[in-house]
Amino acid sequence: MQNDYDLLARKDRRNERIRKALIYLFLAVWALMVLFPFYWMVLSSIKSYSEYNAETVPNLIAKNPTFENYINVMKEGALSRYFLNTLIFTVATTLLMMAVIIPAAFAFARLDFPGKNLVFTLFLALMMIPNELVIITNFQTITNLGMRNTYMGLILPSVTSVFYIYLLKENFEAVPDELYKAAKVDGTSDWKYLWKVMLPICRPTIVTIIILKVIECWNSYVWPRLITDDEAYYLVSNGIQKIRESGMGKMNIPGMMAAVVVVSLPLIVIFLIFRKKIMEGVSRGGTKG
Amino acid sequence: MIKKNGKAWLYLLPAVLFLGAFMIYPLVDVFIYSFEEGYNSASQTSFGTGLYNYAYVLHETYFLQAVKNTFILVIITVPLSTGFALLVSVALSSIKPLRNLFQTIYFLPYVTNTLAVGTVFLILFKPMEDMPGLVNMMIQAFGGDIIDFIDGPYWAKMFVLSFYTVWVVLPFKILILTSALASVNENYYKAARVDGASKSRIFFRITLPMISPMIFYLVITGFIGAFKAYSDVVALFGTELNAAGMNTIVGYIYDMLYGKSGGYPSFASAAAIILFAIVLTITVINLMISRKNVQYA
Repeated sequence: MQNDYDLLARKDRRNERIRKALIYLFLAVWALMVLFPFYWMVLSSIKSYSEYNAETVPNLIAKNPTFENYINVMKEGALSRYFLNTLIFTVATTLLMMAVIIPAAFAFARLDFPGKNLVFTLFLALMMIPNELVIITNFQTITNLGMRNTYMGLILPSVTSVFYIYLLKENFEAVPDELYKAAKVDGTSDWKYLWKVMLPICRPTIVTIIILKVIECWNSYVWPRLITDDEAYYLVSNGIQKIRESGMGKMNIPGMMAAVVVVSLPLIVIFLIFRKKIMEGVSRGGTKG
Repeated sequence: MIKKNGKAWLYLLPAVLFLGAFMIYPLVDVFIYSFEEGYNSASQTSFGTGLYNYAYVLHETYFLQAVKNTFILVIITVPLSTGFALLVSVALSSIKPLRNLFQTIYFLPYVTNTLAVGTVFLILFKPMEDMPGLVNMMIQAFGGDIIDFIDGPYWAKMFVLSFYTVWVVLPFKILILTSALASVNENYYKAARVDGASKSRIFFRITLPMISPMIFYLVITGFIGAFKAYSDVVALFGTELNAAGMNTIVGYIYDMLYGKSGGYPSFASAAAIILFAIVLTITVINLMISRKNVQYA
């Protein structure tokens, strides 16, 4: 009897171990599937043009790793230009957005004015408007204002974000009301209170919003594609697309992959640094796909 | 008091200006555009108003092709990605060591540029003159023929597109589902185990109902996102999507607006409103189904 029980328990433990092993196997296989494209782009980018093209069967390691593709890609100039454009676009858009949403969120969270609830409901309703519906008129507006192929044309329509106003307002409201009253008694102005008290307390949320917006800007493709046809104003997404389409025939794949690595790297670094913040922020309301 | 009201509006002013100029005005304008017949971008004149734009768009082969492509993509990728994300998340939450590492890896595609990584998929799937590409080499190794996944048969192209789409949308779904699974109260599991419930029974009777609101949230946002597919498609097949036969509804809108076949904001507006109507209908249907089946704790 005792023996049987031992046997059963042992069998149970063995099954459990097999189950665990299978789970790990499954997770590892999918992790490989996710990482493989990244591995492949780095791998191809460090093979020399001749090494890559001499292979009839692609090698899973580079025999003579080289950085020549990176040097060529950066020297050629176009990519550095796209990179700089994207940097300017990202920084300016993010800063401008913060300047717009912080006062708005503060007004909704702390100030009283007639019609506040109505206006806030209208703001929320705007969250449901898909970009595709407004982009047509924005395209016409920017074109009519003669702002095609300018930073202004790229930045202005990308500034608005109702969702972040909402997120920040919720966060502002969580700050105890007593602080506000105490500040009022001390004769602190609203503006000073916002900058000296609210923002430092809500810094984690502010940082999350900034990071999410930076990711969005860095990867944006549709609007820049519509509004720029002068290469001098291309962002990295459009740049990659152009490199891909112009190179289809003779395709310098190692060079192209070096460009892809350069474009992807900044965000991957940001992600690895702010991993927790980004994942938290996205699960609170980022959407993609 | 009046002074205070004025101040509040001052705080709101920048946001109101931006939203007014780039969201509210365009929202009204897109409907006007869609009813203006024969609108000319250059002279900014039109013949009259009516439903001609809608009729034109609904009869155009490229639009119908785009609708077909989009629906196929939606029907394939939404259930597949949601189901697979559920599988991965359940597996993830049943382990402890290495969990953070796996989570980090799985999230990586979210932060990468769709266009950039798309080129890697392109070279993996596209057969070249002297090199078949990695995927085709594997097909050959198993005795199959080379398939051109990028410029070849329709279903081969649809396969790569679906695969890439799933690869791109999974990080978000896995993230949401793992945090939903983590938030299920541990006591339910303990109680079930005391009652001797089997693992599968626990999953279907406790876990699934508890996270069903999140699953439906993902289904709804998944439908919306998949109906708006565009960047992933461009990444694989380039900007000439009509020629490739792989255009999507959003792609059609942008093609009508700008580019070689562009200059027709009225047609683009009509197509955008049709898209909006489709997405709205599907979302309402989803909500109706979810009201019946989802248990809100």
